[in-house]
Amino acid sequence: MSAVIAAGTAHPTYLYTLRLADTALVLAQRLSAWIGHAPAIEEDLGISNIALDLIGQARLLYGYAGELEGAGRSEDDYAYLREECDFLNATMAELPNGDFGATIVRQCLMDIWRLETFERLAASSDARLAAIAAKAVKEIRYHLKYSSGWLVRLGDGTAESHRRVAAALGDLWPYVHEWFVADEVETALAADGVAPAVDDLKAAFEARLTPILCEAQLERPLDVAYRWFGKRAQHSEHLGLLLAEMQSLHRAHPGASW
Amino acid sequence: MSSTHDWPLYEIFVRARQGLDHKHVGSVHAADATMALEHARDLYTRRMEGVSLWVVKSSDITASDPGENDSLFAPAEDKVYRHPTFYDIPKEVETL
Repeated sequence: MSAVIAAGTAHPTYLYTLRLADTALVLAQRLSAWIGHAPAIEEDLGISNIALDLIGQARLLYGYAGELEGAGRSEDDYAYLREECDFLNATMAELPNGDFGATIVRQCLMDIWRLETFERLAASSDARLAAIAAKAVKEIRYHLKYSSGWLVRLGDGTAESHRRVAAALGDLWPYVHEWFVADEVETALAADGVAPAVDDLKAAFEARLTPILCEAQLERPLDVAYRWFGKRAQHSEHLGLLLAEMQSLHRAHPGASW
Repeated sequence: MSSTHDWPLYEIFVRARQGLDHKHVGSVHAADATMALEHARDLYTRRMEGVSLWVVKSSDITASDPGENDSLFAPAEDKVYRHPTFYDIPKEVETL
């Protein structure tokens, strides 16, 4: 478990902001691996545009987290100089891309969750989070248009494309769970009107997902018992390798800049 | 990158500002017009180049034959009277 959580002293808004930032950064890092490998050059651009949006969101969130923490850490310090056990991203963001269909399924699920979250955050009692969310919502709406459009094409496409996205949906579904189980951070912030209540989020997520799955001819998977909690720094084995690659340049050349 | 070979080509038109015309900027491959719009958005408006997009399947455009240019366009060369340049415009008239 992360030192910062175990200590129990960190401010809930700081931890929550860090979770949002880490999720955006780690997902952006995964998506960036498609550059040069997407099924078409047009999709290369589409996916890298989404990754860039996510990095922009992460930068704003890290900047705010740094102010809340008050320890003088910059966005680069958070991105490049923390260990696996310090990252608080949702586990799904760190999972390997799989094939294009699996990337699309992951993206669609996360886009719906993030859109519902940021739409509510835009009305947060925390003015900074509200401002960051208001900007991000416009971007995430497009991300969902892209990912849900592809999910419908693949799910309602050929037998092979349907088989692949259906399998990916089943594989990814267990990782949805942590989004809708509030811990002490989210409970405290929901009470203060800073962050949305997760029960509310879950209902909104299901309501937005159902028609997309229906159009894509996909069935909502059954819930499973196994649990992941990347937001509490309990990660899969995949995050360490992702960070090793992402942080290698900064660790080899500290303070390197363009 | 082979799958794009199955996708038709779409010509992309961007309107830079309200009140201006859509201008041809290039083309993308896409499975259908909806996807072409998304590709066009990602390729041609990422630096705030536009407020409106049109996509047209390239195969739906009928073009004039360059070999016929002489008969199509040359006859206009010696008909300068078709330009409204034979009128005296009062200096006071602006934006004409």
